Amino acid sequence: MARIIAGVATSHIPAVGAAWDNGKTGEPYWRPVFAGYERSKEWIAKLKPDVVILVYNDHMSAFSLEIVPTFAVGCAATFPIADEGWGPRPVPPIKGHPELASHIVQSTVLDEFDMTIVNKMEVDHGLTVPMSLMFGQPKDEWPCPVVPLCVNVVVYPVPTGHRCYMLGKAIRKAVESFDKDLRVVIFGTGGMSHQLQGPRAGLINREFDTRFLDNLTQDPAALVRIPHLEYLREAGSEGIELVMWLIMRGALDDEVKEVYRFYHVPASNTALGHIILENQRQ
Amino acid sequence: MPLPKDYDDLPGTVVFDADQAREGYHLNMFCMSLMKPENRASFKTNERAYLDKWPMTEEQKQAVLKRDWNGMLQLGGNIYFTSKIAATDGLSFQQIAAMMSGSTQEQYAQMMIKGGRSPDGNRSKSEWKNRG
Repeated sequence: MARIIAGVATSHIPAVGAAWDNGKTGEPYWRPVFAGYERSKEWIAKLKPDVVILVYNDHMSAFSLEIVPTFAVGCAATFPIADEGWGPRPVPPIKGHPELASHIVQSTVLDEFDMTIVNKMEVDHGLTVPMSLMFGQPKDEWPCPVVPLCVNVVVYPVPTGHRCYMLGKAIRKAVESFDKDLRVVIFGTGGMSHQLQGPRAGLINREFDTRFLDNLTQDPAALVRIPHLEYLREAGSEGIELVMWLIMRGALDDEVKEVYRFYHVPASNTALGHIILENQRQ
Repeated sequence: MPLPKDYDDLPGTVVFDADQAREGYHLNMFCMSLMKPENRASFKTNERAYLDKWPMTEEQKQAVLKRDWNGMLQLGGNIYFTSKIAATDGLSFQQIAAMMSGSTQEQYAQMMIKGGRSPDGNRSKSEWKNRG
């Protein structure tokens, strides 16, 4: 039986990837950001997951506005790195896990989540920046395959926090009914508070973010009830990406152990947040 | 009956909802075309002629030509797309964020380093009434 052993949440700020790719990690502005992930890299190197399920949003690299699926699962064997206008990030392509991915689709659809199957997809910074932050910069290949799960958080309304949390539970059930022994880690990415647009651009809400991190460990039920308006008002128009963290949280035990947390303002226009949660049974 | 838009009370924010996405579809698809270097070159050579290839409204085209960043958002543009015009102009994300919020890049950068724009005083349009 496969099982989910831990969850990771992290922002996926594109400027972080650019800083990495352009050798700026040692600059005074960026040094604290990358230092914040040193322990995380050690943690995951020791944990050696067999597969990562990575929840993120596509930034108009794979889907544009022609097709906007609310939830989409990448079922391909490989996912090339997207060119987002500055050339593809110089990182290895992502290897998929088609067997587990299609199993998750079957199981979650029967659990009444209407997932979109994606057999051809390029992946952008939403997926590759969390990979770089957690695994560093491998030369030829990433240490494990990835099941990408895309969530629409660009065209409003995005799925509700409750829906995301319940999807997490359905994913867990799917993983546990997969008949290979796999140790799976699930990533929820995006956030935390930020607004990229309009006269209110630059909004950051440390209090909201801190409470969100606290409750992610202790009281996810409280987070599940946050309405869209509250995300928009308190965490900024792009802060609503935080619903993706609730998919990760839903896939874990009710009681989890907080292993590590990191919060830093600013990273570009965004409050960078990161947390690692472990299930009791490894 | 239309769905209520409780988020209309947010100051300085255009929520990219399904209505905005419908109105801005061609504007955003134009922006997306700028991901390709040959399209960027063609746009730069004659902006008006390039824009005329897209079934956008005249108002949307004018907003693009004037680089009215907030105007584009009002007319259905989405920041992930309009930022492609900024990239074509050689502007950073932070530069247009500063322009959209009416500050200089230096002021904006300083605000971010000091912890960003506080939500206090920025939660409701009623709090922005007295802004010039």
